[in-house]
Amino acid sequence: MIDGLLIGLSTALSLKMILMVVAGCLIGTFIGMLPGLGPMSIIAIMIPVAISIGDPAGAIILLAGVYYGAIFGGSTSSILINAPGVAGTVATSFDGYPMARAGKAGKALTIAAISSFCGGTIGAILLMIFAPVLASVALLFHSAEYFALMVVGLSAIAAFSSNGQVSKALAMTLLGLMLATIGESALYNMPRFTYGVLNLQSGIGFITLAMAMFALPEAIFLILDPARTKPKSEQENAVKDLRISKEEAKTIAPVIARQSFLGFFIGVLPGAGATIASFLGYAVERNLSTKEEQKEFGNGSIKGLAAPETANNAACTGSFVPLLTLGIPGSGTTAILLGALIALNVTPGPRLMVDQPEIFWSVIISMYIGNLVLLVLNLPLIPYIAKILTVPRSYLIPFILFFTLMGVYIGQNNAAELLILIGLGVMACIFRVAGYPLAPLLIGFILGPMLENNFSRSIQLYDGIGFLWQRPMTGALLAVAIILVLLPTIRAFLSRRRNTI
Amino acid sequence: MSLERSLALFFLTVSIIYGYTAFFVIDGNLPPFAKMSPVWPSSFPKILASMGVVIGFFLVLSKPSPNTKTELDLQQLQSYSWFPAFALLGMMVAYALLLRPMGFIVSTFSFLVIGAMVLGERKLLLLSIVSVIGSGGIWYLVQEVLGIYLRPWPWFLSGGF
Repeated sequence: MIDGLLIGLSTALSLKMILMVVAGCLIGTFIGMLPGLGPMSIIAIMIPVAISIGDPAGAIILLAGVYYGAIFGGSTSSILINAPGVAGTVATSFDGYPMARAGKAGKALTIAAISSFCGGTIGAILLMIFAPVLASVALLFHSAEYFALMVVGLSAIAAFSSNGQVSKALAMTLLGLMLATIGESALYNMPRFTYGVLNLQSGIGFITLAMAMFALPEAIFLILDPARTKPKSEQENAVKDLRISKEEAKTIAPVIARQSFLGFFIGVLPGAGATIASFLGYAVERNLSTKEEQKEFGNGSIKGLAAPETANNAACTGSFVPLLTLGIPGSGTTAILLGALIALNVTPGPRLMVDQPEIFWSVIISMYIGNLVLLVLNLPLIPYIAKILTVPRSYLIPFILFFTLMGVYIGQNNAAELLILIGLGVMACIFRVAGYPLAPLLIGFILGPMLENNFSRSIQLYDGIGFLWQRPMTGALLAVAIILVLLPTIRAFLSRRRNTI
Repeated sequence: MSLERSLALFFLTVSIIYGYTAFFVIDGNLPPFAKMSPVWPSSFPKILASMGVVIGFFLVLSKPSPNTKTELDLQQLQSYSWFPAFALLGMMVAYALLLRPMGFIVSTFSFLVIGAMVLGERKLLLLSIVSVIGSGGIWYLVQEVLGIYLRPWPWFLSGGF
């Protein structure tokens, strides 16, 4: 391993390679901030540039920089304007945006940057140590276990079901799951719930729903109630304040440590990825918190921000395990990276470490460098990025609405999708006024297709629902999901009983 | 009827319509060979619909929760700025309908300028400069740098629809 590391270091630490990482991180961060352009699209766009470099190690280092930059850029738009451009950063907005609204945008971005750095770096160490062993463990996960894992991911909705809101959170999750079934089904490509509308044939896009549920209602409420915007002087002071106090550092340190491991191991499973890791990380941390801390979740909890940010970065690193050791892309982004590697005459798989060690190790070293460069570049930039919030509202709101429309249009290239966005956005405003939580709807929508596909596949494989109790790991995961969902209700019941006594 | 309960009723109605489609419509188009399979495209929706109807009834019949945090004070509705909100929503609809025929730069420039004016901005020169940079810059980034096609000018300058 030491020899490999030295090979990787000698390749990745040249001036040319460091410039590649810096360029990749900057490009990724700035383009990633635009809703609608996630890491997958940015990497796809950058492939021709990477191939033109000619050197596989240089190309992969550039793409790794773009990848990490894009993830951080996505978190920035989630935190500042409540517009999560990719599914992996949806959980970031749950607490990141309330922090920004409370005048802690600078602090929220700093926590996001540090959590991302730690998650990515610890993930890279774990990748180096466990890659070959984990690749074989990941293959033990079958569709039944994936189905159960998705159910565990859905348990994140428990975080939005406090104060007797369980039934509302469940209703919104079901609504999200129902919306996810609109369009062609994976089984036999049959159109479902389209009611003859051609534009619904390919379903509702994730960006459309994310913007409709989060960014659009927020902009509408800012217009309706100008008092929601803080005075300019107050905001300017707040965005400059990046410092994290000792107590805050102590609070998030164990969260980062736990979520780096959890995120990495979830990321190793092909198909699970950063989205599940971030939702699961959020749910786990909420359940581990004290009763007082739990009340802060969804209202600007630093734990609620650090957990998904760490987990999604660690999961992104984890998704490289099946790619590098088995040649199996575990996510859309790694599938595109696989394509880029093949175009550069590199075939990832069990023999990569033996045949082309310089590629294998330079990918791992580039992860460390990418994360470090991202932190060094972005920390000084945070006050400037956060200044977006001090722009006068008469300019800021039309721009937020324009970016919302743009994100949807770029993603779908269909003007009718914009009308769907506006309709869903108005509906989301009404739901929010009535106190219905919208995050469970989006969680249901994101996990719905994976849940249904693995459910259908398991039923076909086991000729019924016997897999629920025949496979011990499936049963155990489902038990964890039930505990995570019921824990808040049981705790509330017990404390009420204690108070009565 | 309170807004909370009206939405519960809406959810129940959606679940019933969804359930009707899942139980009685989707399977009608299923090819004969697919009927041999233990799972059909309607299987998962049927489960969702059943759960939706149960939760929908529960929500309709349960008391509205007293400690619900809401975004707007429903007793003070007249104190909110309804005109700019509806005007901007209308402009978004117009933007969606005019984006293709009018082209990206013209539609976006108009949207940004009129949107800011509706919200009270009166410095027209500054506003026009910001909007030109905003619409032109984003068009350049998306079309020229990223290679995603966005027609910049109206149909009569770009050779038809």
